[in-house]
Amino acid sequence: MKKVILNLLLISFLANGFSQEVDLFKADSAKTNEPPTPVIATFKSTRIVHGHSIEMQAPGVLDFRVHHRFGELSQGLYDFFGLDNASTLIAFDYGLAKNLNIGVSRSTFLKQMEAFAKWRILQQNTSNSTPITATILAGVTNRTLDLFAANGAKLTSSDKTQYYTQLMLAKKFNDNFSLQISPTVVHYNLVKNTTDANTLFSIGFGARHKLSKRVSLNAEYYLQTNTLSSPTPNQPYINSLAIGVDIETGGHVFQLHLTNARGMTAPTYIHENNFAWDKGQIHFGFNISRVFVVKKPKEFR
Amino acid sequence: MKRIWLALIAVVLTSASFAQTKVYQTKTGKVKFYSSTKAEDIEAVNNQTDVKFATNGQLLFNLLVRGFVFPNALMQEHFNENYMESTKFPKAKFMGTIDNLALINFSKNGKYAVTTSGTLEIHGVKQDVKAIAGVVEVVDGKLKLSSKFKIKIKDYGIKGNYIGEKIANEIELTIDCILN
Repeated sequence: MKKVILNLLLISFLANGFSQEVDLFKADSAKTNEPPTPVIATFKSTRIVHGHSIEMQAPGVLDFRVHHRFGELSQGLYDFFGLDNASTLIAFDYGLAKNLNIGVSRSTFLKQMEAFAKWRILQQNTSNSTPITATILAGVTNRTLDLFAANGAKLTSSDKTQYYTQLMLAKKFNDNFSLQISPTVVHYNLVKNTTDANTLFSIGFGARHKLSKRVSLNAEYYLQTNTLSSPTPNQPYINSLAIGVDIETGGHVFQLHLTNARGMTAPTYIHENNFAWDKGQIHFGFNISRVFVVKKPKEFR
Repeated sequence: MKRIWLALIAVVLTSASFAQTKVYQTKTGKVKFYSSTKAEDIEAVNNQTDVKFATNGQLLFNLLVRGFVFPNALMQEHFNENYMESTKFPKAKFMGTIDNLALINFSKNGKYAVTTSGTLEIHGVKQDVKAIAGVVEVVDGKLKLSSKFKIKIKDYGIKGNYIGEKIANEIELTIDCILN
């Protein structure tokens, strides 16, 4: 009798082990962890206001940009609050690879040409194993405007060239709020005064807060740690502060802003701004971005 | 002692018939969606759908909304940010059973028109779906699943501009998977 009971126990045990019914649904509900995915849309655009954000164009996407900065609001009605004086930058950015963008631009202010490369080193992910996004921007600007030294000698192209490098560190804290800190180095091949440093340092601060799915509020501030001497001594170069709104429609992003700085390249908006908010030297400006798919993703080729 | 061995043999023999439920699966199933309006046609594809099909009739699809690739990267961002809210609702899921499982002979090559019923979960909203038509093809021990059906955006609580204008109210889903 004992043996029979033992056998029965054994059978029921083994049978249970072998004949375990497959239940896909049960197995699935037991699995809860989501794989980490890269965080997207930290900012709406590749620019916060003047400066770059960590956002990049996807591979094969061409971004055509037009930036405008008008004159000072304090110019009054005669100059239609600055709207009579506009400077323009036209830029083309292109996504070469997932983590690499290149771009060129032309600005009417000082007839500047610019070229840059932007490389993403880290991308924040949802599991926070990578808590921030880090991107490096390196660029060169050249003033093609004829410029002359104090003794009347014409400056060479090399004299009118500047280089800049920026490390951008950004974090999207939640769906609505993102912050970026951007330590920046700008190098001038030639500066006006012998007492001026050729290499200048600054830290950029950028933030955006989404007001709705398609509208966000942006702010950008560049803190200079050393400055150039201003050509007009009563108007020293000061830090730039900009506040703006990003509005996104189907294929466009419109960025409207108020800023004291009028330059649109890193050297000019960071280190060559002598307009002050408290003197009413505020400029209205906008950036328009329109993207074109030049090369479709491999899934659609 | 003899009896124990007899019992063991009996167990092995019977368990062979119990353990016959086989699970076919893939992690690279293709799910396409297509929206067509007068203004524009929009398509996107997810090639990383986790699909499981058990011979007991259970069918399971799991995909990450972020895995949908669009021809236009900006559209892809809008899809995730403005419509699907994929940080809040990262997954879409279908849990269902084949209504006419008895048709399928898994041990022989052949093509079977079947229907599936179950629960489709998109954007955090679960909806019962009934009798979705599809085809199961047995090819050399593999299963090919294909289906084409439509869902209504508003059934899943998805809101946003352009729905009904540039984005169709009904989205066509195409399923195309090979399971091992």
